[in-house]
Amino acid sequence: MTERLYGPDDSALDGNAIGGLLHQVFGTEMTTAEATCGHCGKTALVAEAVVYLSALGAVMRCRTCTSVLAVVVRKQEMNCVDMSGLAALQTG
Amino acid sequence: MAGTAVRGRLTWQVATVTAVRPETASVRTIEFDIPHWAGHEAGQHVDIRLTADDGYVAERSYSIASAPGEPLELTVERLDDGEVSPYLTEELRAGDEIEIRGPIGGYFVWDGHDARPPLLLVAGGSGVVPFRSMLRHRARIGSTVPVRLLYSARSLPDVIYRTELDMPGGGAEVVYTLTRHQPPGWAGHSGRVDADLLTEVAWPGDHRALAYVCGPTAFVEIVAGELVSLGYPPDRVKTERYGGVAAP
Repeated sequence: MTERLYGPDDSALDGNAIGGLLHQVFGTEMTTAEATCGHCGKTALVAEAVVYLSALGAVMRCRTCTSVLAVVVRKQEMNCVDMSGLAALQTG
Repeated sequence: MAGTAVRGRLTWQVATVTAVRPETASVRTIEFDIPHWAGHEAGQHVDIRLTADDGYVAERSYSIASAPGEPLELTVERLDDGEVSPYLTEELRAGDEIEIRGPIGGYFVWDGHDARPPLLLVAGGSGVVPFRSMLRHRARIGSTVPVRLLYSARSLPDVIYRTELDMPGGGAEVVYTLTRHQPPGWAGHSGRVDADLLTEVAWPGDHRALAYVCGPTAFVEIVAGELVSLGYPPDRVKTERYGGVAAP
């Protein structure tokens, strides 16, 4: 599978769409948290990130450079979270 | 965002449907009773979880349509190829129970505490739902913040909350634009929201208005981009995208 090199398409959502999922994972409201991209260094609110949802989970990408910031994979009642694309994640 | 998030884990709760009301041919407003509802802010949403007999689970997010202090209401548009919305709009009846998680979100909210900046709300289709909560909240708290709602719908029968929006309280202004069909003698706007229409309806960029844009992803990208072109600072344009649903 090749990496997407273009911007968000019409199916893309934003960080609002994973507000519930992230709240469940982190135990607090996260759409107003500041996420810093580990690739381009841009900091933006989680709500402003590009998000793709599927039955398997969610992929969150940087709106500036489209790099993957975080991946959440769901298995039964468990959420596996990979945040290796984030340089920082800070709640307000 | 002060005081929005209730610390602690969000949990799924069982909500009971208390009423279902038609809004348009494909849109229903569903009122719920939730025993331990923590209350919500205008603009927040909830997640709904449906579990099939075979264990298949589908989750979707829906904006809250009612004002803080009112019973929880969701307004749902039926998407013909949807997994969840046909059930919510056609099968659900008063007395039915459903799993809800929320309220969710601290970004796309308006609490009405700051009385200064004018409020520009731009809706595409069912993107109007969180704005109904904001307009009702503004009326309930007696806010005098100037507010304009620019609402893009396919046709007049597709306008959700039309009776309410035709008579907005508290000096709120509602501007419709109809993209596909206009009734005979229609004196309002026609066509999609573009730079010309925003120039006419939106406050100029130097008025420090606070803009909220909600609707299908393509709609939100265009409108938010045009507002920034008009001089709105990007951090004064809050966005919520509903994905690839048909453009209004």
